[in-house]
Amino acid sequence: MNLAIKKRLRRLGFWLGMLFFAAFAIFPTVWMLISAFKQNADLYNAANNPFLFNLPPTLKHITFLFTNTDFSVFLWNSVLIGVMVVIITLLLAVPAAYSLSRLVGRWGERSGIAVFLVYLIPPTLLFLPLYQVISLLRAANTIWALVLVYPTITVPFCTWLLLGFFKSMPREMEEAALIDGYSRWQAFLKVSLPLAWPGIATCVVFAFALSLSDYIYAASFVSETASRPLNSGVPTALIRGDIYFWQSLMAAAAIVTIPLAIGYGLLFDKLIQGFQPEAAS
Amino acid sequence: MSDATARATRHAGVTDRSTLLGALMLAPAIVYIVALVGIPFLLAIGLSLSNATVGDPGFHTFVGFKNFERVLNDPAFPVALRNSILVTLATLVITIILATAESELFARNFRFKRFWQIIIILPWAMPVSLAAVNWLWLLDSQFSPVDWILVKTGLLGPGGVWGPARHLYYYGREWLGLGSLTLINVWRLLPLATIIVLAGRTSIPHEVFEQAQVDGAGFFRVLFRITVPALMPILVVVTMFTALMVFGDMALIAMTTHGGPGHSTQLIPYLAYVKGVEGGALSEGAAVALFMFPILLAAAIGALRFASRSESN
Repeated sequence: MNLAIKKRLRRLGFWLGMLFFAAFAIFPTVWMLISAFKQNADLYNAANNPFLFNLPPTLKHITFLFTNTDFSVFLWNSVLIGVMVVIITLLLAVPAAYSLSRLVGRWGERSGIAVFLVYLIPPTLLFLPLYQVISLLRAANTIWALVLVYPTITVPFCTWLLLGFFKSMPREMEEAALIDGYSRWQAFLKVSLPLAWPGIATCVVFAFALSLSDYIYAASFVSETASRPLNSGVPTALIRGDIYFWQSLMAAAAIVTIPLAIGYGLLFDKLIQGFQPEAAS
Repeated sequence: MSDATARATRHAGVTDRSTLLGALMLAPAIVYIVALVGIPFLLAIGLSLSNATVGDPGFHTFVGFKNFERVLNDPAFPVALRNSILVTLATLVITIILATAESELFARNFRFKRFWQIIIILPWAMPVSLAAVNWLWLLDSQFSPVDWILVKTGLLGPGGVWGPARHLYYYGREWLGLGSLTLINVWRLLPLATIIVLAGRTSIPHEVFEQAQVDGAGFFRVLFRITVPALMPILVVVTMFTALMVFGDMALIAMTTHGGPGHSTQLIPYLAYVKGVEGGALSEGAAVALFMFPILLAAAIGALRFASRSESN
């Protein structure tokens, strides 16, 4: 009897906690979705219940987003930048992490902290000199400026993450491959790489997410509308001086966020594994 | 001879000398980081000692520590420094407590877990500037639904505890503005923090919890005696990530308070941006930004020493 009550209380506590966290996470998005479909007369009437449609919902502001702004251009730029940053990050970080963990001796294994220190230099410290480098390369106002600089954020992070994976792998497996006549390079490709894949998957998600999230580089290096990504493009297109196109802003955020949340959410358990190098081997 | 061995012998020249291969595999990343982090970092120091502006970005004149002097004498700087540290610390404390609690829930199996995972990861999926715009509208000075709820529940508005006004003007007041920035930071960083804590939580062996249950330890006893001590090393990782994301961010403030009213909610990164890009004084902006590095470095060293101590225990 006592035990049954205790069990029920625990269940109640669990679901109350879950509801609290879910409500905290989703409340801004709910407000965003309601706003996106509202008519002006409904949205800007302080007497209305803001959570209800006091006038019929409208798709006008979503159409406006696609027909009167460069939203689709920003979307395309962001995807293009994200994909290229992911590729560059993997090409640089995966071999570097493997090399540090296996090939360059003792100091390489201990370099995790050094790699992390690079990550400690925030974009807000580097954007002024990088602005000069970008102008020197005549890359300002192109998406290439961002493709070039975003790996400064993603490479240290991914190298650090993958270093843990390669370090925790048993050396015997590679040694067995070497004895079987594989070269070092082949052993890396065929033995170590497949084992590190939860880490690599996490790197892909992170590199994409970080490149999509950056604001300071996007705002300072690109002022040409046609080259802007979402993060800087959407606010500049829809906040004109003191005039905020709220419904379209909310629609833009929803169109970007909801598919990404579903994608990241389905990878939730994989992301957890990405921070668990010991569990992979 | 198999196909693999044949290829191996052909490549043997380069790939079997592992040090050379190691250098070749490491070189691209090193070259890239030196070119785009190392050199710019030195350039930032150089900039801060020069009188470069956006219009004239060369390093023509060495002015010594004049920019730093000017920054230290600027009344906005100490406020920005205080705010940056306060917002970062407050975000850290709240995020770590909530992430530990949330990971306790998600370490269990329950119905429709995938659905709940998608819900709680939402804030992390929203690009920062769009999240900032979302919160700007959520805490709008006239149409905030939060204010509306507060008025309906009688806390706000005529006769309410919080005064006769019907709006709180979240971004127009010093402490409410800083509180809002903290809240948004907690909201957007909680998903990642929870994921990292869960990585530590799910690698604690089951037997430990089963044994505790056999011994009759209650939920909170298990939490504080077993779970939290075992999580210490991973909480250090969470601390560093969260601190870095909060301390270095300027998108939130750039969209919401703009550092105002006056400079009362100013933060270091935004002050650097305002001075360096909007004000055109590259050198002074660089000087402001450089103040971030020793703080981050000290925090990182502290966190790492703490981590190595709790690991050796």
